[in-house]
Amino acid sequence: MELIYEKSKPGRRAGRIPRPDLPVAPVPDALRRTSPPRLPEVSEPELVRHFTALADRNFGIDTGFYPLGSCTMKHNPRVNERVVNLPGFRDLHPLQEDEGAQGALDLMWRLEQYLIEMTGLPGISLQPAAGSQGELTGLMLMRAYFADRGEGEQRDTIITADTAHGTNPASVTMAGYKLEKVATDGRGNLDLDDLRAKVNEHTAGLMLTNPSTLGLFDEGIEQVAEIFHGAGALLYYDGANLNAVVGKSRPGDMGFDIVHINLHKTFSQPHGGGGPGGGPIAVRDTIEPYLPVPRVVRDGDTFRLDRDRPKSIGRVRGFAGPFGVFVRSYAFMRAYGPSLQEMSEVAVLNANYLLARLRAAYELPYGRLCMHEFVLSARQLKKEHGVSALDIAKRLMDFDIHPPTIYFPLVVPEALMIEPTETETKERLDHFVDVMLQIAREAADSPELLQDAPHSRPVRRLDEVRAAKQQIVRHSFGASPTASAKG
Amino acid sequence: MAAAESYPEELRYHRDHDWARIEGDEAVLGITWFAQDSLGELVHYEAPTAGTTITLGTSYGEVESVKAVSDVIAPLSGEILEVNEAVVDAPELVNDDPYGQGWLVRIKLSDPSEVAELLDSAAYGAYIAEQ
Amino acid sequence: MGYLALTDRDCDEMLAAIGVSSVDELFEQIPAGVRFRGPLDVEPELTEQEITALFERLAARNSHTGVELSFLGAGIYDHYVPAVVDAVLSRGEFLTAYTPYQPEMSQGTLQAIFEYQTAICELTRMDVSNASGYDGCTVAADACYIAKFATGRTKVVLAETLNPMVRQVVKTYAPGFGLQVVEVPHRDGVIDPADLAAAAVDAAIVIFQQPNYFGVLEDAPALAAAANAAGALSVAHVDPLSLGLLEAPGAYGCSLAIGEGQAAGNFQSYGGPHYGFLASRTDFIRRLPGRIVGETLDAANERGYVLTLQTREQHIRREKATSNMTTNQTLLALAGLVYLSWLGPQGLREVGEACTALAAYAKSELRAAGFVELFANKTTFKEFAIRVGRPAGEVVKAARERGVHPGYALARDYKGLDDALLIAVTEKRTPAEIDRLVEVLREVTS
Repeated sequence: MELIYEKSKPGRRAGRIPRPDLPVAPVPDALRRTSPPRLPEVSEPELVRHFTALADRNFGIDTGFYPLGSCTMKHNPRVNERVVNLPGFRDLHPLQEDEGAQGALDLMWRLEQYLIEMTGLPGISLQPAAGSQGELTGLMLMRAYFADRGEGEQRDTIITADTAHGTNPASVTMAGYKLEKVATDGRGNLDLDDLRAKVNEHTAGLMLTNPSTLGLFDEGIEQVAEIFHGAGALLYYDGANLNAVVGKSRPGDMGFDIVHINLHKTFSQPHGGGGPGGGPIAVRDTIEPYLPVPRVVRDGDTFRLDRDRPKSIGRVRGFAGPFGVFVRSYAFMRAYGPSLQEMSEVAVLNANYLLARLRAAYELPYGRLCMHEFVLSARQLKKEHGVSALDIAKRLMDFDIHPPTIYFPLVVPEALMIEPTETETKERLDHFVDVMLQIAREAADSPELLQDAPHSRPVRRLDEVRAAKQQIVRHSFGASPTASAKG
Repeated sequence: MAAAESYPEELRYHRDHDWARIEGDEAVLGITWFAQDSLGELVHYEAPTAGTTITLGTSYGEVESVKAVSDVIAPLSGEILEVNEAVVDAPELVNDDPYGQGWLVRIKLSDPSEVAELLDSAAYGAYIAEQ
Repeated sequence: MGYLALTDRDCDEMLAAIGVSSVDELFEQIPAGVRFRGPLDVEPELTEQEITALFERLAARNSHTGVELSFLGAGIYDHYVPAVVDAVLSRGEFLTAYTPYQPEMSQGTLQAIFEYQTAICELTRMDVSNASGYDGCTVAADACYIAKFATGRTKVVLAETLNPMVRQVVKTYAPGFGLQVVEVPHRDGVIDPADLAAAAVDAAIVIFQQPNYFGVLEDAPALAAAANAAGALSVAHVDPLSLGLLEAPGAYGCSLAIGEGQAAGNFQSYGGPHYGFLASRTDFIRRLPGRIVGETLDAANERGYVLTLQTREQHIRREKATSNMTTNQTLLALAGLVYLSWLGPQGLREVGEACTALAAYAKSELRAAGFVELFANKTTFKEFAIRVGRPAGEVVKAARERGVHPGYALARDYKGLDDALLIAVTEKRTPAEIDRLVEVLREVTS
């Protein structure tokens, strides 16, 4: 399909803006633009058609089943889109005086109360823009906490699980900490002996996802918390999998001191092809003084932003956070109320149902009941028929099903990580099972059908090696690619 | 065209899947067939600079496929005399010819006694069979 | 029950298939000691109609730019957002997709990002752009992380005329990066290139803003040259809507160009979500944070797009990644692309001209009414500062009582500027509205 730049014609345009009847203010010659940017030049009808055609080449939850493990692709309620576009939210300037933003501040304060209830931790910052920024913020809080206690130099190491998301180790480095990895035992729990050997007076904390990326709740979590707290260290909860345990088990009660919540997962934010997200953090009272500024404060019936917090680590992004994300997530929470608990129950029920029906056809590395997601392995299929997890993923596309997460977590070879979420019907789940069982049969009977898949998407399998070598990352307007082209 | 699996007898091997061809007090280093096969087609070689020293068991560069990145571990210590610029330009040479055109660096050995610690072809073959 | 879809019969059949008798059994893997027993202490669930009513009540307690004549800017601006942006963003295929890890399912998002990267490169005259950062603040921190590894140095130099919020974010990140931050004071509203040159010695990175936080045009080419001469990465933080008129950072030698994208296609939304953009010369492509889309071919030799150079990223390089970023702001960046495509090069220029013409009109009318500019005889773009003769916060309060938000009180960010008001004028303002601003400011300061 053509790029919008290839549809451009000089002199054509879509939009016009009012031209004030005023003299143009001159720009000094030395600072004036010498050649205009080659932005698209298209009519409005062609503009609309271009993006409609692109949308047609895309697949969202609105299109079909999307069991992308770890990403919690649940329904995005449309009322949330309506209310976020109310002018009182959409056209509100973030530097508006608090007195002129009471509705927004009230909403944020209410959202905080829900997050306090669900995490079991009393201090909230809504500021982080995403879960990974929440992680980094949490580690900065650890630094500030230990520095205040005179242990800043001494405690220089963070421990993560070998099943951790890549964001965890990356955040550890960005926060200036050393990384130590702890192994997973045969049941998918943290290996407590390995942990005891590694936690000491140099440990600042643990970063853990629970349930883990294997979709398993850590059965030794109380001992894990004892080990860290006993050594004077802190526990950080990666909330990527919170959708399994809302109203069932709270991170604060598990012993975690700092938690991030991926609003775009558990509380349904349309992810827009990669973002936005929201990564609020919840902390124990001992960590609260260090939270980012500004914070939402309630004085009687009025609300204000408090910027005067001397122990705060500072700001991690602009303003108070991604406000539109808060509007949608709060609307989502209000639609459930106390049955948010049921939301997690059904997420877990759906996952276990799929697991029960697929475990005969695919290898299950950890033979336990799962939480909201589970990990299968295509190792046997690969060995016997030369069909990989990637081939299975590509074949699913032919049935208008988005593939699960593949090749993660790293501890499972040929991993297929499946997360149905709570908003699917049993018919959708059954259809997915039927397709997966058919694909398992095809793997044996006609493996090339999988290896050549997909057959019905707008493009065939794409050559990522070529992309990495030629490094064409922008349109060249007929000139040779700007970036170095090798190979 | 990817090469067929082989571990030439004239080379010496390190457990991190690197090989060394000893030439007097110099050595040519690269990664083994097993290493390049695990990574897949290489798209980038982050090479060290000539004149720097490398130390047995530590990383002196990186090789990347589209889905993986791997440190290149020095099987021996020494000073880098030459970097294979052909691999910088066309990393897939490592896949095509891991022991020939796909060599990575040439070094001057700082401790020739280290050579005795390396595996021969048979021992390395047995080692990777266990992996 | 929210958006759940199972019937009681479905549940029974599914429990039977699993081989358990109740949902509670599924949760027995949670140790008894950490199970949450009670019901959640939250308000009862609401129907869609009730949610709409509740949110309308909350929204009504906000003074937005539809009910208050606003001259507030300071980083977020009330520019016009065309209807095509809403139309494109409401397409569920864009809105409800996750990250395009599976390119055959995501050609729409991937091609749009490729087109966005092209637009950002064209605006800034850079070679490569990532797929977006969180906002105009965090991209500055990203730039510092790039500079740390690109130069091996540890000093970050920030112009004092760089948005204070951007500086605060950099200062929050810097200790973890092992970087130290130095700020260069302004002289009469601009940075003196000689001051910058002195500070830039041994620096990893120099970040300045054009137009700067006060709306004033810096001698950006001289600032970039000073940074480059010191071997530091030179970084311009730019307003995308200024780049139809003002020279692009790539044309005056910057290593990177960054900025807040909100002005181009996003609503103000009380501060987010918006998008930050980050573009660089080819030299830094392997150090860029976040996603990058690249062109390739499919098995039938048709052109297509994929996430590329992913070995930079956290899911592969883990603790050695160029960033921990995974979620970015793709949907908001898509809005930016649609907006810039709607404007085209001519429209971009016209927006800039309209803003500067209206801002110049506001300046001259305020001058005629006896107000003094904070920095006299400086060329400004769409924003400028005046002195109001009494604490600016009080002036804001009094003006708001008359239905006008006259701008941002600079006292929060700069000592000694208690009576300074930063006024932003976008193309949405009219000469008549500006006359009203002048009238109100005269009333509340006399």
